[in-house]
Order: sequence, then structure tokens, then C-alpha cells
Amino acid sequence: MAVKLELRIDPVACDGYGHCAEVAPELFSLDEWGYPILRSGQVPTALVAVAKLAVKQCPRKALSLATAVDPPARRR
Amino acid sequence: MTEPNGPRLLAGTAGGHRLDFAEHVATHGSLPLPADRRESGPWAKDLVAQIGLSGLIGRGGGGFPTAIKLGGAVEGRHRTTVVIDVMEGEPAAQKDSVLAAFSPHLILDGAEVLAAALSAKEVKIAVAADNPAAKGSLEAALAERGQPRGRGLDMSIGTPPGRYVAGEESALVHWLDGGDSRPTYRPSKPAVLTIGRRRAYVENAETTAALALIARHGGAAYAAQGWERTGGTALVTISGAVDSPGVHEVAVGTPLGQIIALSQPTGTPTGILLGGYGGTFVGPEALTSPWSPEGLRPVGGAPGAGVIIVFNESSCGVTEISRIADWMARESAGQCGPCVFGLPALAEDLALVALGRNKGRIDVRLHAHLDIIAGRGACAHPDGVVRMVRTGLSVFRKDVAAHLEGRRCSCAGAPSVLTLPDNAGELAWR
Repeated sequence: MAVKLELRIDPVACDGYGHCAEVAPELFSLDEWGYPILRSGQVPTALVAVAKLAVKQCPRKALSLATAVDPPARRR
Repeated sequence: MTEPNGPRLLAGTAGGHRLDFAEHVATHGSLPLPADRRESGPWAKDLVAQIGLSGLIGRGGGGFPTAIKLGGAVEGRHRTTVVIDVMEGEPAAQKDSVLAAFSPHLILDGAEVLAAALSAKEVKIAVAADNPAAKGSLEAALAERGQPRGRGLDMSIGTPPGRYVAGEESALVHWLDGGDSRPTYRPSKPAVLTIGRRRAYVENAETTAALALIARHGGAAYAAQGWERTGGTALVTISGAVDSPGVHEVAVGTPLGQIIALSQPTGTPTGILLGGYGGTFVGPEALTSPWSPEGLRPVGGAPGAGVIIVFNESSCGVTEISRIADWMARESAGQCGPCVFGLPALAEDLALVALGRNKGRIDVRLHAHLDIIAGRGACAHPDGVVRMVRTGLSVFRKDVAAHLEGRRCSCAGAPSVLTLPDNAGELAWR
């Protein structure tokens, strides 16, 4: 069984650059102030690579991938 | 000794009398503690079992069963520092301050109970820097009892800034660990908080005092008052449209209307804010509900930190919600975007509704903001504001409808019943 992953946003570290939504619009939308909103709790298998890219490129290192817990952790 | 159906936490304090150590022991009896290390293991196990029987839940706002919280910490066997939270950042709450001012030894007894159960060598008591009465009473109490009975337990008092979120447990522990008094991001649940190399076990002051009663009299005696699964008495702070605001000790499960009657409400209640400024509004139908987690759940409320604010027809619900939201927006720790930008936006929407200006569908914008703010901060501050606003808009829906139609409600210009300290100045977190 494949391990399910979920994205986490550290809201203290995040400064609203919005880079994640440019790299991975399938995973992130932005609120009206430019801060990311996760589109879903778990990362679909097909989007794991792009999720990893978003984590790597976040200028504030505010993103992380964690093993999903069931039920998914509350949306951040 | 205290009477079974009388006050317990506030026993002997009638008329604003502060119990010194001798009076405290005469009122409550001496505190049973394990004699040595060998005894402390079985003693802690029995204590947790007694707390389970007592039905005690946390009185700081969360309402989590204390037996589960302490039981987990006892089993964890980590080196632990006990933190007693007397911060009481809620402007509408005064119960922990009253307890510290009049029965400080009950809090210190409970702190000793926690330290013994967790084999802790250190207890840190946190009182807001702007609360000299509570700090002075606790300092005097520490001096009155001397350093705790030669067990090498170090009890000290710290005074973090008196901000709304400074008493949030991660903010409190961060300050005690040398940081600023702002919440920290804790991705793993339950979160592990540390001071230096030790685990921090944080307990609210009133919950701590209740532990001193359970350690003395056992869980069954504590649960003799209470309702369904939740035992004991609790301290409530009643304010708003009442003639005599103040702190009262009530049995859990007392009907809300009966509790409010203790403070003599003026006029007819139209809404009640329960828990705190980040709590839930309930309508007058809740007056017959038992004040307990189970009793208030059907009307969407919860006891929270024991705050009860009464509103009547003389104040405008919409304007009052707007005032609270504006105050809470200024109390943001300023760390997370959705809180820093979202709460002021929400407060602005509400101010426009309160003014009766509905240009550009302000109600749509307001609800869009409510939908995106919650769950996106490091702490639950924004979530609390969203909950307060949502439930308030529902309870005062007639006023809201009138305002959205540009009529304003009949109570335009009515004075506020709220206690909102001035917080427009520079925020201090150190």
C-alpha cells in the first residue's frame, strides 16, 4: 500500500510569497491577502512530485510533507 | 471543613476574605502527599483514578478531561516542569484572579499535587504582569508556607505580558523558555511543549485548585456536585447587562438562567456569550440548559473558561459583535497571515454592517471571510473569533437583517455592556 502524504503549512513562517501556488496550482489556492490555502488534505499520488518541488522551493521553508494521518489533520 | 453542598474552591472567602496559610489549613485540612519516592508511583496512579471518578475537566477553556491529560503525563515518565497558568487573558474572566487573590494556597496545594504526581522539581506560576493583586497574593502565600516541606521543590512566579494570547499554553511555555510570549507552530498533535530539556505540563489555576480538593477528599466526594459526566463546582465570571457583575462558584449543571440570576440581570436577556470572547453566543432558549458541556451542547455552547456575558434589548447585538471582533483583531500576535489580515478585514465588514452600510453586498464578503479564516493560524485565536461572530450573527439575526436593510435596529447609539481594555497601542510580547 502506498504511503499517503499530506502538505502542511507553517503559518508563522509563511510570509505569503505565493510561490507555492505558482509551482503547484493544483495543490494551492491563495486567499485575497496572498496566503496559501490547501485544496485538499492528502496529496494525490500523481501530484507528489510537484508537491515536493513546492516544498523545496518555498522561500520561507514554511511547507512540509508528512505522512497522512487518518482522518486527515485539520486543514491549514 | 467545607460543607458538601457549599462553596469549595471559595470556601471561607465570603466578603472578600483572603485565607492565609493557617486559615487555609483550618478550612480545607492538611494536604496528603506521598512521603517518599517509593510511595509516589502508586500514589500518582491512585490520584489519576480518583480524578477519573471526579469527572474534573480543564477549566482554562478547553474542557479536556484532566484524568486523561495527567494520566498520560504520569505514564510518560518524562522529566517535567509544572506550569500553573494564572494568565487569564480574557478581559471578561476574573475567576483565576479571584482564586489567586483570596484562596492562593489552594492553587499552591494543587501545584504540589501535580509536582508530586509528575516527580517534578520545579513549578512555575505564570501571572500576567498587569495583575499585581494576584501576583502579590501568590507571592505572600509562597512566603507564608515557606519552601515546600523540604522536598526540594522549587516554586517561582513569572510575569509574562498581559496580552490575550499570552496565556495560550504554547505562548506561555515559549516565554518561560526564554522566547517571546507568542504561540508557536505545533504540527504534531498532541503537541509536546518543553522548557529547556524538560517537558512542560501546563494546568489552569482553577483546575489546579480542584486537584487540591480531589487529593484531599477523593473523586466521589468531588463528583457529589456536578451533572452527568462532568463533576464538581466551577467558577464563573458574569458580566454584561447585569446589576452586580462578578465571580461566583456554581455546581456544574446549574441551569444557565439560575446562574445569571446571581448577578441580577437588567431587562430580558436577548443573547449570552459563553466561554470567552472567542466563545459561543446562545439565545434566551439556553437559559434553561444545564451549565455543563453536555447540557450546553444542544444549544451549541460550552462552559469554556466560565465567562458568561449577558446582553439585553438595550444594546445592539451587531454593534457588540463588531466591537469584540475589532478588539480581538488587535490582540493577534501578528504572526500568521490569515489572522493578521483576516481578522481586521472581518472586523471592518462587521463595522460596516453595524453602521447599516450595505454597499457592495457586505454580507457576502463577511461570510466569505468567515469561511476562509478558521483553522489557518498557529493557535486557535482566529478560530475563536470566527466562532463568536458566526454564533452571534445567528443569535442576533433579526438585528443583522435590519442593519443589512439599512434600517439599523431600534437600539442605535446604545452603550456597550462589554469590558474591553484599551489595546490600541504598541503590542509588547517580552
